[in-house]
Amino acid sequence: MADLPRIAARDWTSQPAYLHPAYKSTPLRAPSRPLVPMRHTLSELAQPVYGHEDIGELDHDLTRNAAVNGAPLGERIVVTGRVTDEGGRPLRHTLVELWQCNAAGRYVHAVDTHDAPLDPNFLGAGRTLTDGEGRYRFLTIKPGAYPWGNHPNAWRPNHIHLSLFGEHFASRLVTQMYFPGDPLLDLDPIYRSTPPGVRERLVSRFALDATEPGFALGYVFDIVLRGPRQTPMETQR
Amino acid sequence: MSDPTAATPGQTPSQTVGPFFAYGLVPTQYGYPFRSLFGGVLAEARTPGLPIVLTGRVLDANGAPIGDALIEIQHADARGRHPRSRAEVEESGFRGFGRVGTGTLPDGGYAFRTIKPGATPDGQAPHIDVIVSMRGLLSHAFTRVYFDDEAAANAADPVLASVPAERRGTLLARRSDLPGGTVYRFDIRMQGEDETVFFDV
Repeated sequence: MADLPRIAARDWTSQPAYLHPAYKSTPLRAPSRPLVPMRHTLSELAQPVYGHEDIGELDHDLTRNAAVNGAPLGERIVVTGRVTDEGGRPLRHTLVELWQCNAAGRYVHAVDTHDAPLDPNFLGAGRTLTDGEGRYRFLTIKPGAYPWGNHPNAWRPNHIHLSLFGEHFASRLVTQMYFPGDPLLDLDPIYRSTPPGVRERLVSRFALDATEPGFALGYVFDIVLRGPRQTPMETQR
Repeated sequence: MSDPTAATPGQTPSQTVGPFFAYGLVPTQYGYPFRSLFGGVLAEARTPGLPIVLTGRVLDANGAPIGDALIEIQHADARGRHPRSRAEVEESGFRGFGRVGTGTLPDGGYAFRTIKPGATPDGQAPHIDVIVSMRGLLSHAFTRVYFDDEAAANAADPVLASVPAERRGTLLARRSDLPGGTVYRFDIRMQGEDETVFFDV
């Protein structure tokens, strides 16, 4: 028992394969050799050390954390949800980092050359820790769609990038959250890199009860990280 | 409260970090007005151990340097222990985790200032665990740095032993002792004849 991993394996029926030719950046960058299994030596390695002291008071509020001379333009939204492991156990006080483009579909990043305006009052970066029940909550601006060079007339659907550690080095997740009803989803090779029946987990749901009345619409995006490994003992807890 | 028997929909799929992560994940390094939580310095002058620089490039299938990768490393201290609390980090000055992008050094380079890790109590040779993310990588890749001046420990390492012998060299960082200090070079090759070994962790 002692050398069995404590974290579930990466579920390759849920995760995208490295090579997805429709996404044209993958062929030169996707590892081509089979991965070498390394489960048991890393299963107990914990996430990096960080804490509440590292998170600024406005870090979770992108409508205010980069304001210079006013409020950012665009539709204010709440993005909230629970972070759990595969057994439904809430991941408490875990770091959630977020970045996105502005309402016009432009990233602050210097290499984004899309001809859409920057917003002097919006950076598009935030972070927070989940609470005692694994919940996180951001206030932000709904990101715009933008064109990219993958294929002729390619547009990314509205999306928000998220980065999480969970409790273990092995539970790291970088993903993207999408919005319900977006017609660009079915045309997007990044979204479609995950299998049908699974990719829907990447789409947030509109929730009136997550809305801040009179101020911001609410979207819920629950996140499931790897682990723990299921054993008969553990399922009886 | 949560019901531990409740089924979840399963693991949230990974998506690429994309090309525009810097102002969110490594803003200080790139000069954006947001404070990085993690950077390229893992240890302070007072941290026990041999100060080292770990540096290299990330290369695509054509050998071209990749200037928009995110490299995250985690490793043990000189005694082979990972810091577990802020108090431990404050006492030793060793953070145990670092994160940099490859967009601020020439030629898709990355660099970390840290101390050389020790062998871990479970008998693994000194090593650094690495997470590689980039545009074009839909799921992050795991690899591991070993040290070319630790032949005896490497020969006994169970993870290296699980790697086909002809590919083990892709996991070795090469030491140079320069006037400024000890530098280990570790290039990450995503594909090609010397494709770096990536692990299913």
